[in-house]
This record gives sequence, C-alpha cells and structure tokens, in this order.
Amino acid sequence: MSNYYVRRTARVFATIFAVATLTFGLIRLLPGGPFTQLRAQLLRQGVPASEVDARIANLQNINPNAPLWQQYLDYMSSVAQGNFGESISLGEPVALIIAEAVPWTVFVVLVSTILMFAFGIFLGSLQAYWEGSRFDKAFSGLSIALMSIPFYVVAVISLYVFAYQWGWLPTAGTVGASVEKELSIPFLLSALEHSILPIFSYTLGGIGGQALAMRGNSIQVLGNDYVRVARLRGLADRRIATRYVARNAILPMYTGFLLLLGFRLSGTVILEQIFSYTGLGYYMFAALKANDYPLMMATFLVITVALIVGVYIADLTYSKIDPRISAGGSDEAY
Amino acid sequence: MKRTEEDDPRTLVTDGAGVDWRGSSTSSVTVTREERLREIYEESVRKPFIVAWSDSRTRLGLLIIGFYFLIALVAILGLWREPSTSQAPRYLMLFENMNYPLGTTASGTDLAALIIHSTPDILLMVTSGGLWATGIAVFVGTVAGYKGGSVGRVLMSISDFVMAIPGLPLVMILAITFNPKNPILLGIIININYWAGLGRSIHSQVLTIRENNYVEASRTMGVSTPRIILKDVVPNIMPYVTVNFVFAARYVVFASIGLFFLGVLPYSDQNWGVTLNFAYSGGALFSWSAAHWLLVPMVAIIGLSIGLILLGQGMDRVFNPRVRTRLAGESESTAAVDEKDTGMTEVL
Repeated sequence: MSNYYVRRTARVFATIFAVATLTFGLIRLLPGGPFTQLRAQLLRQGVPASEVDARIANLQNINPNAPLWQQYLDYMSSVAQGNFGESISLGEPVALIIAEAVPWTVFVVLVSTILMFAFGIFLGSLQAYWEGSRFDKAFSGLSIALMSIPFYVVAVISLYVFAYQWGWLPTAGTVGASVEKELSIPFLLSALEHSILPIFSYTLGGIGGQALAMRGNSIQVLGNDYVRVARLRGLADRRIATRYVARNAILPMYTGFLLLLGFRLSGTVILEQIFSYTGLGYYMFAALKANDYPLMMATFLVITVALIVGVYIADLTYSKIDPRISAGGSDEAY
Repeated sequence: MKRTEEDDPRTLVTDGAGVDWRGSSTSSVTVTREERLREIYEESVRKPFIVAWSDSRTRLGLLIIGFYFLIALVAILGLWREPSTSQAPRYLMLFENMNYPLGTTASGTDLAALIIHSTPDILLMVTSGGLWATGIAVFVGTVAGYKGGSVGRVLMSISDFVMAIPGLPLVMILAITFNPKNPILLGIIININYWAGLGRSIHSQVLTIRENNYVEASRTMGVSTPRIILKDVVPNIMPYVTVNFVFAARYVVFASIGLFFLGVLPYSDQNWGVTLNFAYSGGALFSWSAAHWLLVPMVAIIGLSIGLILLGQGMDRVFNPRVRTRLAGESESTAAVDEKDTGMTEVL
C-alpha cells in the first residue's frame, strides 16, 4: 500500500513538471511569440536596440537568442526556484504580485465553497427528510433554478443593485483606498465589506447543485437497513440524523469539495474581473490583455498547482475517511 | 445483463419462433427489414419519447429547448430583422414599443434581433462542445476501463494530466492563440479538457461492468474488443453519458457567455455574452432605464440552461430500462443520485 502513496506522490511532481513544460510551449504558441511584442514595447519605451535582448533575458529569465533546449532548461530551473521573472506591464517581480494576490483569491474561494457546501448539505438533508413534501418540491425547483444561473449573472445583478443603485457595498477593490494595509480592525472590516458581494455571487449559484446531490445521497442512505435497525434500537432521531445518515451522505461529497476548490480557482478569472478584486484571476486576465507573458504563465502555474494538490489530497485522504474504498484497485489487463 | 434480458422476450414475440436459446444474433436473421425498422423506431424513438414526456421536468425541458430551436429557425429563415445600429429609438424599455418588444440598446439596436440572430451559433457551439466532451470521455473511459493494464494506466494518466489544467485560463490562452470564429470549433475549445473528469468516472464504472458475466461470455467467445465495448459496455453507461452530455452543454453555455462577456473570445456578430459586455461597459449599471439591456441576455442564458438541466434530470428515466419497459411514471428519478458524480467535472 505504501507503494501506492509513493507512486501517487511521484505523479504529482510529474504532473506539475508536465504543466510547467506546457506553459513553456504555450508561451511560444501565442501570436507573435513572447519576444516580438516585448521587443517592440521596449523599443517604444526608448530602450536602445543593443540592450533589448539583455533586458528581455532579465525580464523573463530566458535568453531569446539561445537554442530552444537552453531556453527550456533556463525556464524550468528558474520556475523550480520560484523565480517567474518580472512582470512586463507592472514592472514588479511576478512572485511578489502573486504573493499579494493569492490570499484574496484563496479567501474568497475557500469561504464561498464552504458556505456553498454548508447551505447545500443543510437544505439537501431537510429535503431528503421530508421527501415528496411541498417543501421538497419547492426547493428542488429552486435548486434547479439556482443551478441555471451562472455566477457572473448573479455578480453583475448584485453589483448593479447593492453597489451601484443602493450604494450599500463598495463596487470594486479588496479594501478601501484609505485603509492601511496592516492587520487591524478597520482593515479587516473593510476587507470583509469588499468581499461580501464576490463571495455571495460565487456561493449562490453553487448551492443548488450541492443541495440536489445531498438530497440524492441522503435518500439513498435513508433506505439502508442499518438506518432501520438504528430506528428499531430506539436511538434518538437526532443521533440517527447526524451519526447514521449525515455522515454517510456527506462522504461522497468530500472528494467533490476538494476538486471544486481547485476548479473554482480558475473561475475567479471572471469573478474578480467583475468586481475588480485584485486576486489571482484578476491578474491573470490583466496579464492576458497586456500580453504580459511572465505574469500570465505564473498565475496559470499557480492555479494548476492548486488544482493538482487538491486532487492529490482528495485521493490520499478518501481511503482514510471511507474505509470501504481501498487505494489502488485491481489492474488486470484484458 | 439488464438490457439483453429485457430485449430477448421482445424478439421472441416479434419473430414468433419458439424458445430461442441461441441468443439474438441468430433470431435477427428471420426478422424482416421492416420489422427491424419498426422495432428500432419503437425502441429508440417512441418509447423514450413517451417516457420522457410523462415526466413533467423533461417535458418542460424539451419545450424550452424546442423554443430555442424555434428561435434559431426564425433567425436562419430571416423572419426577424437583422440587428444594426440606429435602427430604432435609443433606450426603449421592455414592451414600450411593440415593434421592438425587448427594447433597444444605447446605440438603438433592437435587442430582440441581437438575441435571435445569435441563437443558431450558440446552439451549434453548445452541441459541438457537448458532443466533443462526451465523445472523448466515452472513448477514453471505456477503452481504459475495459482494456485495463498498461493501456488503461496510460489513458488514465493522460486524463489526470488534462484534468489538472485549469479550464478557463487554458481556454482563454487557446482562444487568443487560435482566434476561433467558427462556433463548432469554439465549442470544442471551450470543452477542450472537460472530458477528463467525465472519462475518469466512466472509467470507474466500466471497471465494474467488465466483471459482468455476459462480458466475460463475449470475451471467451472471441468477440473483438471494439465490439464488446460497443455492444456490452457502452449501453450500460448511456444513461450516465446522456445526463452528462447535458451538463457538458450547460458548461459550454456558462463558460462561453462568461468569456464573451469578458471580451476574451473573438466574435464577428454580437451574441448574448457580447451584448452583456456592451451593456456592462456601456453604463447600463448606472441607471435603471437601461436595466433591460443587461436583463434580456441574462434571461436568454438562464432560460437555455434551465432547459438543459431539466432535460438532464429527466433524461435519466428515458435510459433507465426498468422505467422504460413499464412505461409507467411510478419510479423516482435517480438523476439526483447521479449528481454526486458531477463533482468530478468542472462546474461554473
């Protein structure tokens, strides 16, 4: 069994390595390549033609005149050291920008995903408990309706209503302009105020799907013999609901939770753009618009690594949480 | 053995022969072409339709999707005017002027025309994206699951790798690189890595299917691998695949409109997402009088995805052989139970 963990861990590094290679390839795929645009830009800024190559090498850790394999090795080794070069459009080290952006994105994604699951599980289990009732029917309909609303529609509408029309909440940014960036109460309050709308719009649409999933799981569990036996034993309803039903119904959703965390990171590209919330997705989009390849590739890599780690944790812990599942599995070839 | 067991009695009735213990391959010889066609019609058109129609959710879903196809038809046949600037007074509200029922934009473009004329392209994009995602997923999932061994490992490693790449950012980079204007190509690019999660869950389902004794029987009889996959394995996962086709299609709607809204995807004509973008950047956020400019494309998006989801929820019953043979609406749909597997695929 330990062999499985070793292999699984090795695959994480192999995947990260492969994605880093892919990003290297993608830079070269983009129209005009990474250097044409940058060269033109530098020349426009009045950098003498003789120094342009040196500046590019400095910005991207890649010598544009070196053979491709040399460029590849340079790129990979600097990425391995966490050195992503310097952002072209912002003129700052990419690592610095990302370090500033990541906490905001993680905060919004984590809080909204947890809220989404909490509401989904709560509503879903109530629906399953009163299966077939008017409450169940109404909320199944509501869940389907919620599932069909993309989060950016919620975002635009809530921005329109709460921020622009009623002016209750700020329209953009992560904290107020006048607030010092230090750990203090005004800072936290301002950060909270700015994050309400992004979190709200990223949570609402997801509740429907989770509620339906939880409802389905719970109904399945409720039909099991051990639940009937528990009733016959005269256990308290509360104990049956939490220990016997909820636990087993939530179990299959656990992997989904970790995977969703990763997937939802990439959705922030749209979310943070709408709220001008300067997180990872915001910078990724800004970099894309400005042809800022170093920043773009770094954000891409960071999101990918988060996704890979999420899947990895899900895979490793699932067999621990649910002993019925054994890691690995049969592998006979036909 | 679910499907074949239920198919056999029916073939017995149609050819009127005695006990046919040799299996369906010999009995089909005695069936005339007309009978076969009728059976195919009965099995794959009439019965599924009756079952689908008996469920209120599917019925509503079909009606909604049908409505969108109708709109697409209106656009293709040119029954509604083409959108152009200053074709109408600016900022007409909803139903203010019945010539322009959905109102007009800041540049005096008929909103109804904008919505109607982008529908065909969006439907094409959604269909191609859904077909691409489910097609690749079924291929990878069944081959990897059935063959197992090193083939399975390689295919699963590939899909694990593809799954690890974040969808939206990759699509953005590809869209800027290839600049695809063709809606079919655009659908494929948007779902370029959607198949991976789906393929993984199909793979795990096939792992149990391949242990069934009828699959083993086919294998010992020397039936070729592609045939076993097609005849013995794929029918079992069809319900799951159809439900997920609908979810993949919904993902295309959400992602494409979102990216059009951001202005990342190339476009030649204004579609729902681009309209949303113009409304957003054109100041519709600041006044109540332009709210319809934002709302109309939103309603178009939400309507289409409600239709798709309802269809996906009800679709499960159509393919569930136990429900189909009874043709009765007693059994509870299990679509909600399948829902938990969609955690493997991307959700917007």
